[in-house]
Amino acid sequence: MATKQTQVTAKIMMSPAVLMLLAWMIVPLGMTLYFSFLRYNLLMPGMEEFTGFGNYEFFLTDPAFLEALGNTLLLVGGVLLATVIGGTFLAILIDQPIWGRGIVRLLVIAPFFVMPTVSALVWKNMLMHPVNGLFAWITRGLGAEPVDWLADLPLFSITVIVAWGWLPFATLIILTALQSLDSEQKEAAEMDGAGPISIFWFITLPHLSRALTVVTLIETIFLLSVFAEIYVTTGGGPGTASTNLPFLIYIQALLQYDAGTASAGGVVAIILANIVAIFLIRMIGKNLET
Amino acid sequence: MGAITLEKVTKSFGDVSVIPGVDLEIAEGEFVVFVGPSGCGKSTLLRLIAGLEDVTSGTIKIDGVDATGTSPAKRGLAMVFQSYALYPHMSVYKNIAFPLKMAGVDEATIKQKVESAAATLNLTNYLDRRPGQLSGGQRQRVAIGRAIVREPAAFLFDEPLSNLDAALRVNMRLEISELHNSLATTMIYVTHDQVEAMTMADKIVVLHDGYIEQVGSPLELYRNPANVFVAGFIGSPKMNLLEGAAAAKYDAHTIGIRPEHIELSTEGGEWSGVVGVAEHLGSDTFLHVNVDNIGLVTARVNGEFGVRHGDRVWVTPPADRLYRFGADGLAL
Ligand SMILES: Nc1ncnc2c1ncn2[C@@H]1O[C@H](COP(=O)(O)OP(=O)(O)OP(=O)(O)O)[C@@H](O)[C@H]1O
Ligand SMILES: [Mg+2]
Repeated sequence: MATKQTQVTAKIMMSPAVLMLLAWMIVPLGMTLYFSFLRYNLLMPGMEEFTGFGNYEFFLTDPAFLEALGNTLLLVGGVLLATVIGGTFLAILIDQPIWGRGIVRLLVIAPFFVMPTVSALVWKNMLMHPVNGLFAWITRGLGAEPVDWLADLPLFSITVIVAWGWLPFATLIILTALQSLDSEQKEAAEMDGAGPISIFWFITLPHLSRALTVVTLIETIFLLSVFAEIYVTTGGGPGTASTNLPFLIYIQALLQYDAGTASAGGVVAIILANIVAIFLIRMIGKNLET
Repeated sequence: MGAITLEKVTKSFGDVSVIPGVDLEIAEGEFVVFVGPSGCGKSTLLRLIAGLEDVTSGTIKIDGVDATGTSPAKRGLAMVFQSYALYPHMSVYKNIAFPLKMAGVDEATIKQKVESAAATLNLTNYLDRRPGQLSGGQRQRVAIGRAIVREPAAFLFDEPLSNLDAALRVNMRLEISELHNSLATTMIYVTHDQVEAMTMADKIVVLHDGYIEQVGSPLELYRNPANVFVAGFIGSPKMNLLEGAAAAKYDAHTIGIRPEHIELSTEGGEWSGVVGVAEHLGSDTFLHVNVDNIGLVTARVNGEFGVRHGDRVWVTPPADRLYRFGADGLAL
């Protein structure tokens, strides 16, 4: 893209895709905005009327909103923490020349191919179930009272399930970054007197910063809208203990048939996502510059 | 500080024996150059000394102490890598300071040492830059700076100049030689460039397939090569090695004649031949002469010597500076 000529050509070539994306995004966004200012209940068709910010007021003053907001951030933060740290650890592990490395790598990547609903059901019924679950069996084997994971620690359990699904993604990206680290740099650091921990901290981690940024940004986008795992396990409960924003919007729209408030919630979620995005870009975006 | 002894050191990668057995003494303060063709094990030998590879058998002693099992950091040696291996996300200052920081030296001392190293290497204006913003020669100097501040017992260089252009190489060659003069620390320098070897070394170690062919001062190797390999490797252009009848006349399996010792004449001499390619360097001309019944002989003559492609010339081997080798390749 060095010359003016190529720049203009590139713009022309890209414009259909950009226009398409814009239309795809603008139309639903515009309709959501429009609905968010209407009193619009699906049980009372034909009675829509303009209410100004009434829906917003209703949504934002709902005590469930603050909890859902907190849960959303906790879920995103928890999963990010688990996948970034766990992914780095796993990537370093499977980068070692161990016996059966190919199989181990395949196994590590496998969870990424399991649909969220399926994995959540497996976790719910086969692992975390207080009677039939593997964890309960183990705790009973150790002579302790089994934990009812999804009832007692709902948000934590969902964090674990989602983190399990995203761990392979983080591992894979970090592994490729790890493999591009020049071995002479490590050797130089070794000769300079750095131990394994210093080498990790001063050489490996800075080298990984870009990959970690990419993992964080991409995961955040998807984690803000986690839904399936909650839907099939806790259903947002007990109470609202594991309800996040998307799930709250779902409750408004499809359980309470309040399309207006749900739209307002959607707009709030968009604003929230943008705040998080700006925050993240400010914080770690500089890692992406060369 | 800085005497290194290798005793029966061997190294194999799996079944492949790369260093079949090396004995070598490096005295304190010496500038030793390892030369040899590509793949002969120079880097491997250097990495064994550095501790970056484990020896398969044998002993490495540093200052009389067995260091065979010692970790690279504890050997007190500093290495300059061919790729420089600078830390890309650290500034030049932090790169040079890194070994001191790892050694737990206090900030004030680090600052003073880094600044004095930077002054020696003309890097003072670049301390805030990242390695990516430096030229090849500057990066090379940063790598050397990082080695200097540790005040190592010996410096190890693995082809440090091979990424630089010819002019810069000549400069850096001088700078490294000057550094050696001022620090008087042992230096081991790997290269396959024999000009570097000849000009910088106190002692040259010629390696071939993992074996040491000969050890000696540059002039010793030039004057008295121990075998055909060293004779052919040291000296530029390459020594003419002739076999068959020409050699039999001198009662040897192979005879060697350096191009610069050949007497060339347009009137008469011992062998006659036709000039093939003539390489004019200005001061000298390398003539590739196709000698009848013997083959191609390279001669180095004065740049004024006026012959051209296709001319007939006479070649006379110098009686007193003729090298004779037996069938086993050793000098007679
Ligand atoms: N890690 C390794 N595993 C297997 N073989 C190796 C390894 N490292 C080096 N070798 C082999 O050892 C031999 C010597 O390699 P080395 O790097 O020491 O050569 P060198 O003399 O430094 O060559 P160059 O001038 O090209 O750098 C080569 O044949 C190489 O293929
Ligand atoms: Mg090498």
